[in-house]
Formats: sequence, structure tokens, C-alpha cells
Amino acid sequence: MSRSRKLFITDKVMRLLLVSAASTSVLVVCLIFLFLFKEAGPFALSPGLGKLLDSQWIPVSFQEEHFGVGPLLSGSALVTALAMLVTVPISVLVAIYIAEIARPGEREFLKPFIEILASIPSVVLGFFGLLVVAPIVKATFGLSTGLTALTGALLLSLMAIPTIISLSEDALVSVPYALKNASLALGASHLQTIFRVTLPAALPGIVAAVMLGIGRVIGETMAVLMVTGNSAILTASPLASVRTMTATIAAEMGEVPFGSVHYQALFWIGIILLVITFFLNIVAQRVLKKYGMMK
Amino acid sequence: MVEQSIYPNYPKDLEMVITTSQVNFFYGPTQALFDISLLIPAKHVTALIGPSGCGKSTFLRCLNRMNDTIPHSRVEGAITINQKDIYAPGTDVVELRKEVGMVFQKSNPFPKSIFDNVAYGPRIHGEKDPIRLAEIVEQSLQQAAIWDEVKDRLHANAMGLSGGQQQRLCIARALAVGPKILLMDEPASALDPKSTMRIEDLIGELRTNYTIVIVTHNMQQAARVSDYTAFFYEGSLIECDATPKIFTNPRQKQTEDYITGRFG
Repeated sequence: MSRSRKLFITDKVMRLLLVSAASTSVLVVCLIFLFLFKEAGPFALSPGLGKLLDSQWIPVSFQEEHFGVGPLLSGSALVTALAMLVTVPISVLVAIYIAEIARPGEREFLKPFIEILASIPSVVLGFFGLLVVAPIVKATFGLSTGLTALTGALLLSLMAIPTIISLSEDALVSVPYALKNASLALGASHLQTIFRVTLPAALPGIVAAVMLGIGRVIGETMAVLMVTGNSAILTASPLASVRTMTATIAAEMGEVPFGSVHYQALFWIGIILLVITFFLNIVAQRVLKKYGMMK
Repeated sequence: MVEQSIYPNYPKDLEMVITTSQVNFFYGPTQALFDISLLIPAKHVTALIGPSGCGKSTFLRCLNRMNDTIPHSRVEGAITINQKDIYAPGTDVVELRKEVGMVFQKSNPFPKSIFDNVAYGPRIHGEKDPIRLAEIVEQSLQQAAIWDEVKDRLHANAMGLSGGQQQRLCIARALAVGPKILLMDEPASALDPKSTMRIEDLIGELRTNYTIVIVTHNMQQAARVSDYTAFFYEGSLIECDATPKIFTNPRQKQTEDYITGRFG
């Protein structure tokens, strides 16, 4: 076989290999969807999807079982909303500092810390939550337990902060110099320029960053399982114990009889979660793309 | 101090509003301007011409201290505007830039409404009264000869305007702050001939009230719009004189070579 022929074949083989590697992710996503629906499917026929709208989640009972995802959805929503309330202002301010104010040396110093924060395993954060944050919350508000929605939210913000900071910083840095110069040339101070020109111009990117942060937080399991107290009740109080969708799946999947109605209900929770994060990601990508902030 | 007598062709009673003496400018270790001593007369148009990289834009940005934002840059020498040294310690850069407006090469309206673009300057300087703001906006847009085109859509996004309209909007935005001096960095180089003509006409109107310093690549433009012309080459000021003199009978050989198109 000639040398060029050999090269040609190697080229083809390599290409095939790379293409199949690349398509794996597509395949896996499709399979996950398929699998979820296959496991959850029968629930839709009996007892019917209406059961998911119950106001209670009591999956094991001698009388009637309830599979209402409302309390879990509200638990997730409450924890996520609280986490964002804490996260967004802090992250945006830090991003502004890093992108616009910090000297190069400070930037080089700060960024690795933020990256380390992002790489802490959530179980470790959960420990920290149990031993440090929960007692503080308990003492501060005089509660009988420190395992509350607020505790979970505080931990989750630690996880969301790095994501939102680095994406917001990208958005701020990508604001054209021409706009900042125009503002400075009109006699605006550095701070006026940041808050009246740079920040508004970066807003779409920051909104997308927050949405991706929400996606990260709502899907987080371990830390919230450890510190939110695990009671599936419908509440809006930050100081109550709650249970999120993710924690429910993690806590109950190990003990549920395979193929039972309860088992299928857990898969429905999984589907709802997947749809929420999928939707958040798509909207965030769209926003980024529309405003030309996608790299 | 620079002696006015170095400009034999200037009228004797010309009031000089900007004087620079022996200005050197450095980007890090690279020197970009060498000993620039120049007088700029009030309420006239002075054009800065020269080939790319000759330092004319750098010099322009020294006049409102926009070069301050460039890391590791350094200015030597003295620049005075209305007899005040603008690089003296304690100089209020905000006040300076209110006095000395700037129009950039590429139009750079904020992604806000037309009204908010023009009102931006007055607002940051503390004007809150909506009636007064509306007055300033109308006045500035009229001065910039764009009022008739935008008066019915003041609250539309400025990014929807054409390139030439955007540039006139940027001029209106600069005027709204009430400057006495207007620096223009190749304000028409990105525009089509028709829009360029409108900008040049506008400069002609503004010269009665403003001191204008305009950097341009285009020598015909310099000849059309300016009263005085300074020729820069490789970071040095080669020659400065009344515009007709520069274009018909320059003193320096380099100037003549440049304007006759032998290089540049």
C-alpha cells in the first residue's frame, strides 16, 4: 500500500473515531430522556398524572399514599430563591470589582480563590453546613433546629457564586472600550461609568449568568439533603425545614421497591427537574447568543 | 512658554486657548510624541494631519487627558487650557472633560434611547430637572443638525440610527455638557461621502462658538474645514500654519512631500 493511501485511511479512521466520540454526548442525553420516560411512564396511566398535583408528599402510608410534588417544588423554589437573593448582589459586585477596578495583581490573586470555591465537593460543603452554618442559623434566630431552607440557601450560594462571578465578569469585560471611553470623555467618573454604562450594557450577560446559576443550584443535591431538614411541607418561611426535589430523589431512591408507584413518582420528579434545568440553560444560551456574548 | 511669533501668518490679535510646550508622551518605554509645542486659537478649527502613527491622535487625547486610562503611559511638558495647567496635581479631570468634549473615530452611542444618550452628560453632572434636560437635549440635537431627523423618535434606541446619524448624535451628546472646546478624532473616517459632508458642514457651523481640534487622515478634509493646520510626522510637530499657507506654500520640505502625496 502506498504511503499516501495509508495516510488517507488513517485519516478516515481517526475521523470516524472522533465523530463517534463527539456524538456520544448527544446519544447519552437522548438515552437519559428515554430512560426517564420509560421508568416514569406507567404512572401516567395509573394512578394518573393528577396524583402529582396532590398537596402532600406521603409516599409510604398504611392509608392513602400521596405523591404531590408541590411541597418539593416549593422547597426547591424557596431554597433557590433565597440562595439567589444572597448570591446575585455579592457575585455582581465581586465581578465588577474584578473586571473594572482590581489591579492586575489583585485579579491574579482573587481569581484562583474563586475557582477553588467552585471545586469544593458539595459533600464537604454539606459538612461545613452541618457543623458551622446550621448552629449559627439556629443561634441567630433562636430556632429548635438549624436545618432550615435558609441554611441550605447559604450553602447553595457558595456553590453558585463562582459560576455567576466568572460569567458576569466575562459579560462586563466584553463591553466595548468605546462605550467606556465615551462616558469618561463626557466627564463621568470611573464609578459613574461602571454603573451607568458598563453594567447596563453587560446586563443580558449577567441575566444569563444568573439563570445558569439557578440551574446549578436547583439541581444540587448533597448539600441540601444534609442541611435543609428534610420535611416535605408547603411553606414560604426561610426558617422552616424543607425538602427539595433533588433531596427527595436521593433520600428515597435507595429504599423504594423497584417499579412501584412510588418509584415511578420519583422518576417524575427527575423529569420535572430535567425540564427546568434544560429550559433555564436554553434561555440563558439564547440570551447570550442574542447579545453576542457567547464565546 | 511658546512664543506666538513662531506663527508669522497668524493674525496678531488671535486668542490662544490651548498651549502646549515641549510635550513628550510615552507608552511604556516607547516615546510617541517629541517636544510638541503648539498653540491652538480660540473659536477656530485647527486640523492635525499626518500619516498613520505620527502621534496626532495621541496628542489629541492628551488635551482632555483621555490617555490617563492607558496603563504605563506618561506625559512630560506642559499643556495649558485657558492658562490652567491641566496636568498640574489636583486638576479635576471631570471639570476638564466638561470643558473639553470629544468625538471619537467610530461613533459610539450608548445602547440607550436617543434622549438618554444626549441627557447622559448633563445627568452625571447633576441635572435632574426633566424640563431643563429636555431643553438641553433639544438644543444639543439642533446644534448637531440632527434634531429634525430624530425629534419624533427621541425615545427610540440610538443603535437604530445610521452611521452618520450616530456620529452627529455623538456630537450632540458631547455638546450637551456645554464644552468650550471640541476634540474630534477622525470623526468622518468611517462614514460615506454624503454623511461626511454633513459632518463637515456641521463643523463649519460649530466653529463660531467652539474651539475645534480635528484629527484627520484626509487632507482635502483638512483643507475644507480648518483655519489652521498642524502637520505631525513620526511623533514630532513639523509645521503649523494657516491652512491655505500649509496647502499652497509650506515652509518645510516634509510637509510639502506629504501634502503632494509623495508619502503617507
